[in-house]
Amino acid sequence: MSYLVEMKGIEKRFPGVHALKSVQFSLKPGEVHALMGENGAGKSTLMKIMSGIYARDGGEMFVDGKPVTPDSPRAAQDLGIGIIHQELSLMNDLTAAQNVLIGREPRRSLGRLDETALNKKTAEIFASLQLAMDPRTQVSTQTIARQQLIEIAKALSYNPRVLIMDEPTAALNDAEIAELFKVIERLKADGVGIVYISHRMDEIKRIADRVTILRDGAYIDTLDAADTPLSTIIQLMVGREVTQNAPVFPDTSQSPVALEVRNLSRGKDVRDVSFDVRKGEILGFAGLMGAGRTEVARIIFGADPRDAGEILVDGQPVNIRTPHAAVEAGIGYLSEDRKHFGLAVDMTVRANIAMANMDKFTNRAGVLDEAAMKRIAVKYIERLGIRTPSDMQDVRLLSGGNQQKVVIAKWLLRDCDVLIFDEPTRGIDVGAKSEIYALLEDLAAQGRAIIVISSELPEVMRLSHRIAVMCEGRLTGILPGGADTTQEDIMELATQRESALVGAEETQ
Amino acid sequence: MTSTTVDAPKSALSRIIATGTHQRVLAFASLIVLLIGFSIASPNFMQMSNMIAILQATSVNGVLAVAVTLVIITGGIDLSVGTMMTFCAVITGVVLTYAGMPLLLGVVAAIATGALAGSLSGTFVAKMKIPPFIATLGMMLILKGLSLVISGTRPIYFNDTPGFSEISRGSLIGNLIPALPIPNGVLILFMVAALTAYILNRTVLGRYCFALGSNEESVRLSGVNTDRWKIAIYALAGAIVGIAGLLIASRLNSAQPALGLGYELEAIAAVVIGGTSLSGGRGSILGSLIGALIMAVLTNGLRVLSVAQEWQTVVTGAIIILAVYADMMRRKKPN
Repeated sequence: MSYLVEMKGIEKRFPGVHALKSVQFSLKPGEVHALMGENGAGKSTLMKIMSGIYARDGGEMFVDGKPVTPDSPRAAQDLGIGIIHQELSLMNDLTAAQNVLIGREPRRSLGRLDETALNKKTAEIFASLQLAMDPRTQVSTQTIARQQLIEIAKALSYNPRVLIMDEPTAALNDAEIAELFKVIERLKADGVGIVYISHRMDEIKRIADRVTILRDGAYIDTLDAADTPLSTIIQLMVGREVTQNAPVFPDTSQSPVALEVRNLSRGKDVRDVSFDVRKGEILGFAGLMGAGRTEVARIIFGADPRDAGEILVDGQPVNIRTPHAAVEAGIGYLSEDRKHFGLAVDMTVRANIAMANMDKFTNRAGVLDEAAMKRIAVKYIERLGIRTPSDMQDVRLLSGGNQQKVVIAKWLLRDCDVLIFDEPTRGIDVGAKSEIYALLEDLAAQGRAIIVISSELPEVMRLSHRIAVMCEGRLTGILPGGADTTQEDIMELATQRESALVGAEETQ
Repeated sequence: MTSTTVDAPKSALSRIIATGTHQRVLAFASLIVLLIGFSIASPNFMQMSNMIAILQATSVNGVLAVAVTLVIITGGIDLSVGTMMTFCAVITGVVLTYAGMPLLLGVVAAIATGALAGSLSGTFVAKMKIPPFIATLGMMLILKGLSLVISGTRPIYFNDTPGFSEISRGSLIGNLIPALPIPNGVLILFMVAALTAYILNRTVLGRYCFALGSNEESVRLSGVNTDRWKIAIYALAGAIVGIAGLLIASRLNSAQPALGLGYELEAIAAVVIGGTSLSGGRGSILGSLIGALIMAVLTNGLRVLSVAQEWQTVVTGAIIILAVYADMMRRKKPN
């Protein structure tokens, strides 16, 4: 048995956490080995050990059968191990080529750079990826998807024999994912071993040869991807059966309209968007990356200015120019980027829940009422099932799903009647996802109007009573939820480009 | 942005327009407007002697601005450049006046002292992980104190080293072209700026300045020894500060140990006016040079117009806020 990499009995402890308990993992040349597990299962930690970012506390690691201990990213690179990190880690102010070859710039004497060679070398790597991009392009001008490709080019520039991809598709749309998978196939054919971490279950079936499952830092099993049903994998990941009942949607067509938006426009991002949401309804927003869904949400929330359009809450026109005004009008927005916009991660659960409602917890002199904050925090921890040792735990120590629940608690406390969720389950594992879904359904059942923006079609279809689809800033249609609407229906609307339409009209 | 200056003329022009150099263009335009405005307001302003006075007044602040630009592009800040300059001048005084060494050794001593002090700041920041603001604030006070201790709080004069004042006040260009008596201090400023711009745009050290300011963790994970480079950048900045120390000592023909505080803020102001981002990753030497010139032109122009010196300070402060606001507006627009 010839393994490219083999890890045995790997141990890792962080203060207060036994992150990896005697974990094993192996990788053959030319295979895609999926590493699965809920958030906090230890996937990223294991891969950081493999790629030399963390040192292991125990166990053995072999490359080509020889024992190794990579103690820095560079040492791992020298062993042929490359990693593409979960969060984009490019230098935005530099060009693509300067990013790809960072640390290995072609030099002339006296530390002078050879920019021509730099760009040429990068162009070659781009060509091998069949990526059409000028190496001199500044990274900050590129879309997330293109930045991801630069990141992949950077990893490939080390000619790795092992490539670790940590959630490479989190920010990509379906077409871009297909493009990425082609790259992966080519690498496989060249004998590169690929470790693939993803929360998207459908991808595992499409791309993986073997699957290793971790749970709570322990090794569970390694299975053949083709022969194992997804439900088995999910079951092993969460350690219990996840029920996926067919959704039953309440009839809300007679409920009063909670939020109505008329002819909303902002430059090219949002063009003449009109829709309404009723009390008790979940309206899904589907579309490709950059379709303008987040932009619509941000305008409604007053975070960005609008060129034209009206917003009505409970039938009354409201003049929303700032997020503060939106909250006054009873509209809440839960950003897709929790860490940057939703939470103060270095503060406690209690402080975060109280954050948007300080006036409720202060007396006239401006002194905080900690006891009242604690009461409310404990109440919401119970109500939403936030898994935390106490309300004084720092939010950054919670898993993604529990962090999201803290954000939700924060907004529930504000008594918002309209809640906009932007990618509510991004980076959240399967088990926690169904809890978030149940929570959203609960909120709707209580009579709140819910808008859910999601790039995952199964999620939109699972949750939405109606599905609004956007493409290039326009609302291209609103579909009924439930079994009557297929993924194909949504994709058709999501790709209904205006330029294509114009072309079609001309030929008629 | 890093490669606008040395490319073929055509692509350089198109890229200056295409990339984020607007702030520099804006700063340059402001400089021209100021020059035109003051020369209309006063006939004395556009005299050759006055222009040379402005350039001479720019030289020390300009060199300091160049030094601190490097550090700011990495996402750091250096508050110690003012007192470090004085410290370098005092050490030069010790070498030349107290020890009676030859002039060249004094020059080497100033630059080496700056590099050493800078690498010490860099070590605090890189190895001990002390935030740059705090580390260089500490250095600022340490160096101020040391200058006073070493000199016994008295100025050190360079009367025994006749060539020393030539460093700043002599004029090599004036000897060749009598009509253009540009002092050596100004010549040194432009040489330092050109060399540093070259280092910033064309060498590995410069590349890592931008890379560190852009995303330090990413650079580290790419296998670059970020600590070592950071120390090197602070050391280079220190060496340039050493040159500023020579310039000011030469101009005053003495090392004044009590001088120095406040110079760091003037230098940072010039850098900011020149469009270098205080959050790191973006910036240019040319911008800082223009920033320093704007400040000198303002001071000089207002003096020629007999505006009280107190008001000059107020105007400078307002300019800083305006410059940064204009930069932010420009950045906001495309999105």
